Amino acid sequence: MADHAIHGNYVDFYDEQGPHKGVLAWILSTDHKRIGLMYLIALTTFFCIGATIGVLMRLEMLTQGRTIMGPQTYNSLFTLHGLIMIFLFVIPGIPAVFGNFFLPIMLGAKDVAFPRLNLLSWYFYIGGGIFAILSLFLAGGPIDTGWTFYVPYSLRTGTDVSWMILAAFILGFSSILTGLNFITTIHRMRAPGMGWFRMPLFAWSIYATAWIQLIATPIVGITLALVAIERLFGVGLFDPALGGDPILYQHMFWIYSHPAVYIMILPAMGVVSEIIPTFAHRTIFGYKAIAVSSLAIAFVGYFVWGHHMFSSGMSDTARWIFSLFTFLVAIPSAVKVFNWTATLYKGSIDLKAPLLFVLAFIFVFSIGGLTGLILGALATDIHLTDTYFVVAHFHFVVFGGTGFIFFAALHYWFPKMFGKLYNDRVAKVAISIIVLGFMMLYFTFFILGYEGMPRRYYDYLPQYHGLHVFATVGSWVMITGFIVMFANLFYAFKKGPRAGMNPWGGMTLEWTVPSPPPQENFEEIPVITHGPYDYHAQEEAKEKQEEFNHSAEDEK
Amino acid sequence: MSKIPDAAVVNAALPSGRPDEEHLLEAHGHKDKMGSKIGMWLFLLTELLLFGGMFLIYGIYRYMNNEDFHTAGQGMNTIIGALNTVILLTSSLTVAMSITALQKGNKKLSLTLLGFTIFFAVWFLVNKYFEWSHEIRSGIYPKSPELLNRSQGEILFFGLYYVMTGIHGLHVIIGIVVLSFMVSFIARDRVTSTDYSKLENAGLYWHLVDIIWIFLFPLFYLLR
Repeated sequence: MADHAIHGNYVDFYDEQGPHKGVLAWILSTDHKRIGLMYLIALTTFFCIGATIGVLMRLEMLTQGRTIMGPQTYNSLFTLHGLIMIFLFVIPGIPAVFGNFFLPIMLGAKDVAFPRLNLLSWYFYIGGGIFAILSLFLAGGPIDTGWTFYVPYSLRTGTDVSWMILAAFILGFSSILTGLNFITTIHRMRAPGMGWFRMPLFAWSIYATAWIQLIATPIVGITLALVAIERLFGVGLFDPALGGDPILYQHMFWIYSHPAVYIMILPAMGVVSEIIPTFAHRTIFGYKAIAVSSLAIAFVGYFVWGHHMFSSGMSDTARWIFSLFTFLVAIPSAVKVFNWTATLYKGSIDLKAPLLFVLAFIFVFSIGGLTGLILGALATDIHLTDTYFVVAHFHFVVFGGTGFIFFAALHYWFPKMFGKLYNDRVAKVAISIIVLGFMMLYFTFFILGYEGMPRRYYDYLPQYHGLHVFATVGSWVMITGFIVMFANLFYAFKKGPRAGMNPWGGMTLEWTVPSPPPQENFEEIPVITHGPYDYHAQEEAKEKQEEFNHSAEDEK
Repeated sequence: MSKIPDAAVVNAALPSGRPDEEHLLEAHGHKDKMGSKIGMWLFLLTELLLFGGMFLIYGIYRYMNNEDFHTAGQGMNTIIGALNTVILLTSSLTVAMSITALQKGNKKLSLTLLGFTIFFAVWFLVNKYFEWSHEIRSGIYPKSPELLNRSQGEILFFGLYYVMTGIHGLHVIIGIVVLSFMVSFIARDRVTSTDYSKLENAGLYWHLVDIIWIFLFPLFYLLR
């Protein structure tokens, strides 16, 4: 794509002169691209904070007993690590950054359905983040309940639970408004000719995610609000001393928080479904199956929350029903994995950094998914409940799943977002280091957990020492990888060569506009006549164009 | 993606110069009535689920403490509850009539009816105030010695009563604010007989406040 020359004939959205200048041009902008980038900055910051906390926790586990901090600090750190990573990074994650930036472009629209509401969501997100950080410095000290806020401890602890809950509530509101916006956008703003089954798969996954955000978030919102009300006014709601039922709290919490893991993973699966056809130069295998399996995962995901509570007290009937549904989720998930690998089969694979990330994801996520079945089976779960095995499973699916794909998406769309190219070789080296460190750190957790190391413990028995040291070294390796990755991207942002309109040969609409895109994305709204990954049609069209050019030359 | 070959899309995507202001205004000023309605209904769905969570908790606690909930319900003032139900239902009627009036171009009538709606909303809150203060005077409020002496089921009943009617009351207040904005919008012709989707959405929100009360009323006042 020789479009270096074209640059300069249009005004990209960075250079567009709005009514405001400087920072105001960003924080008052309703442009979906600017909002997406503002989310990117905020999310990356919170990711770095969360990762730092994680490294500090691993450092504490390097030796038995006290290494660098006391037990109360450790309790606060694992709580904060969870809260920051979950509520401020993975849940908003891909939809907030890449959904905002690319959903409208991929649909052939100029913006989302409610641009001002979109900006409001960002403010809610930032507000929630500020409240979360603020709660660390208030009288009670940093919260130490774990990210699940389980009662009755969250009612009794002297730490600042209410502020953190307020933060989570505000973040939930932000999530709901984003979901509402995306659903309306997908229903109303698709370009002419783009039927439901001509939408890019990323849009499908955002659609399924948005419904979960909308339907599940209010439940956790009100549940957490009730805990805060109970703490502030002493109203009897969940406190067993006042007749309340702590198990009911757990149910109410997981009714949201299990579907929430699909809020995290579905958009990632959507990104994978974009990256694979682009780098295999091949139409996606089983488009409809992938699209519908997103909805199936979202739907079945509602009926599995009880598997977080197998050992908290539930009837046997309830347990085996929840276990059965848990196994059922594996079916639509596997449909996706098989379709992705089938797409790669006989494709002309171009192993660039984003695809390498995706391959790492498929490997790591499969391990995470299959160990999920071990935890979903009643008998084995009893042995593994509340051990490092659960921590390992969770990090394999959420970090290895959503986290990896967040950065894969960043590498995939970086040229489009910033108009610059990064060094592909350095990116691949960074990914390799990350995956190596990741496996050293979290695979070790599987073994530790299987051998009985309980999670959230500040100290451990001597027989776990070797594995803990190995895992801690793994955390250093992984962080090194991330530093290389960020440095590479930052260098590209500053000094990278200009990216063309379509550096990867992608087929979706975002690759038909200049990089970075102009303010309104499209000069003319495109008309869609076939599916999103139709490489065959592209070839034909190219041939026709060439024929046309030849005949034009002949006429001369 | 598009059937047009790459080069053609490129040309189409490239404006010859900066898009002129009119073009921008048209894009941003474009109103999608259907879109805003979809957005509003989705928002109402989340509100229903928010209260749905509390109804679920109520249902489970009632199932666990049936006798106590029965006893606690005896003390509720059904007359004020019923009066408030009538007031809210009437206010839903006036807001619906206000929309119709505006659609028919009768701005003055629409404003009057909205005024009535706000009046009813305030009346509802005044009644609520007297009801709550009566209960608080008789020693029933969270953490009160009187309440802590009662059975656990009764503590839960009154806990849920204060929280659920309180959060509903908060929605009434938000409704009053929203409706007041509508009054000002109509007065300044920002909501008109041809562009009334804001008023319609405000009306939908008010109906939600109403419908939640329709469920709260029997749960706390009538089920005995």
